[in-house]
Amino acid sequence: MAGLAAAFGSGAMTNSVPEFEDADCILITGSNTTSSHPLIASRIMTAKAKGAKIIVIDPRRTHMAALADIHVKQNLGSDVAWINGLMHIILKEGWHNQSFIDERTEGFEELKKVIENYTPEKVEEITGIPKETLREIAEIYAKSEKSSIVYCMGITQHITGTDNVKSLANLAMLTGQIGRPSTGVNPLRGQNNVQGSTDMAAIPNKYPGYQDVTSDEVREKFEKAWGGPLSPNVGLTVVEMINAIEEGKLKGLYILGENPMISDPDSTHVEKALDDIEFLVVQDIFLTETARKADVVLPGSSFAEKDGTYTGTDRRLQKIRKAIEPLGDAKEDWEILCLVGKAMGSKGFDFASPSEVFDELAELTPIYHGIDYDRIEHEIIHWPCRDKDDPGSPYLHKDGFARGKGLFTAIEYKPPAELPDDEYPHQLTTGRLPFHYHTGTMTRVSPSLTHEVNEAFIELHPEDAKSLGVRNGEKVRVSSRRGSIEVKVMLTPGIKKGVAFIPFHFVEAAANRLTNAAALDPIAKIPEYKVCAIKIEKLDGREA
Amino acid sequence: MEYQTVRTTCTYCGTGCGVLLEVLDGEVIGTLPQKDHPINEGKLCIKGWNAHEFIYADGRLTKPLIRKGDKLEEASWDEALQYVAKRFLELKEKYGPDSLGCFSSAKCTNEENYLLQKIFRAVIGTNNVDHCARL
Repeated sequence: MAGLAAAFGSGAMTNSVPEFEDADCILITGSNTTSSHPLIASRIMTAKAKGAKIIVIDPRRTHMAALADIHVKQNLGSDVAWINGLMHIILKEGWHNQSFIDERTEGFEELKKVIENYTPEKVEEITGIPKETLREIAEIYAKSEKSSIVYCMGITQHITGTDNVKSLANLAMLTGQIGRPSTGVNPLRGQNNVQGSTDMAAIPNKYPGYQDVTSDEVREKFEKAWGGPLSPNVGLTVVEMINAIEEGKLKGLYILGENPMISDPDSTHVEKALDDIEFLVVQDIFLTETARKADVVLPGSSFAEKDGTYTGTDRRLQKIRKAIEPLGDAKEDWEILCLVGKAMGSKGFDFASPSEVFDELAELTPIYHGIDYDRIEHEIIHWPCRDKDDPGSPYLHKDGFARGKGLFTAIEYKPPAELPDDEYPHQLTTGRLPFHYHTGTMTRVSPSLTHEVNEAFIELHPEDAKSLGVRNGEKVRVSSRRGSIEVKVMLTPGIKKGVAFIPFHFVEAAANRLTNAAALDPIAKIPEYKVCAIKIEKLDGREA
Repeated sequence: MEYQTVRTTCTYCGTGCGVLLEVLDGEVIGTLPQKDHPINEGKLCIKGWNAHEFIYADGRLTKPLIRKGDKLEEASWDEALQYVAKRFLELKEKYGPDSLGCFSSAKCTNEENYLLQKIFRAVIGTNNVDHCARL
């Protein structure tokens, strides 16, 4: 969440989930909310019932789009252009919040110069969004008393992902739609503890609580607490580590509860790296495609078999509680990690319970400092919570931004890395289904969920299917410059013409064999999963 | 027969709905929504209602495994842990701390993430620590 951190000084959702109910306008983009976050979608429905205007900007007619007051399908990867276009109209009409801009932000003059050029006509040409609709959206968003922006991976999984997020932050600051209840810029986190794992510094440039590994002062604090010298150098990201294996620089890897064989872009490349690495340890509950490559597999425990905390998408600390013992000889994951630390000869892993681990991390993490197991037994606490008397922070940036002044960034539109051409004339985007989860490790063994859907498909517009000569239910070969899979066709007028969609849960037809891993956002290093060029070929015309 | 419900948090998406795991004689048999939870207020999605179904799925790992040639063979905890520690420390010695790295997990708890990054930062001495939040 580098974009939000740059603009506001904090990379998390600015407001809490229950606040959506009281918004007057909710602008949703790059989030299939009803599918991926159903209980947040339910809050948004309540807001609509209470009179809020719902605006969806998405290349697919998602369930949420069907229920929205306005839905427009933008061209893939054109987000910076439509956001600049909204700001152009807002400024021209005088719907911006000048006192908020003057008192709370910096960088406005530079922004103004860039958005000057994003006339409705130019924006319609780049994005495919009619200029009248763009004006309508600008008016509703800017003039509503409380407008909230909701986004997800459809915004971030682009080479311009950081630019997209900064643009949404620009829009919120321009109109003063932030720092109050039911407003803000709200990235919905896809996994139960994405927020917490980032808070706990499962990232290469920070210590827990977003403290820089490059700061001497911070490093000294952690060296003292952990009892030894620490590296002052920023480490490698997931994708960079995979590349470092190929270059012979990374020799040993420990993978905890992840399945990069399916979830990483360009899985062929990942498979080769995991075959080549000298030593691979995987700690998981299933023998995943990734675990099959390991030298050592350590059996961990599911959420029902251990205690601990998750931090929800809105920075809310919650407990998980042990209901049963780990299966067979498996162990609780926190205990396995303590045993590994001790086996390496370290004295810093002598914990009797997850609660003791939490006490150590809270001591070192200012935004968690006031939180402990006793408090969250009875209280809902959103970080930052700096001491025992601090009730926590359901929404951020009330009187000032975490970084001081909010920073506008002037951003020009850049097209996606891979555009359609004669050889690969269609565009592909990927996403989730309501019934499945990520790589399917958990959901595809669940009878009630596989009963709903248990195979991959490609959504195509009926007109595209007609020109390809394929019918609904027919199997086709889908290829990109990186790989090829076979999937069934599912026709829907809800998708933008020229664009196809494949859910990424299915190992036997993994959408990430096609996606463009080489194209990374230069700052967040997120691969461009949401746009690549493909060709679709008829097989023998049989019904699958 | 002993029946109890255990208050916990759904393990699927980041919404963080409150659930009750139904436990009958030491076995999880169902998932119910918490009525008094501020986020889901007694509701759940189809994944949430079935959050317990993967717990006893075929293929759950129950023993440590160590690779012997092409095969992963069952091993004792002691053997597995000693082997992991020994190999990582050998590689660190031979190629330096930055030749090692870890992928931590957005599925795991705060405590587990904290511990894994502490192993790599404090014991190995590298910041090659990341997870799939970007993915």
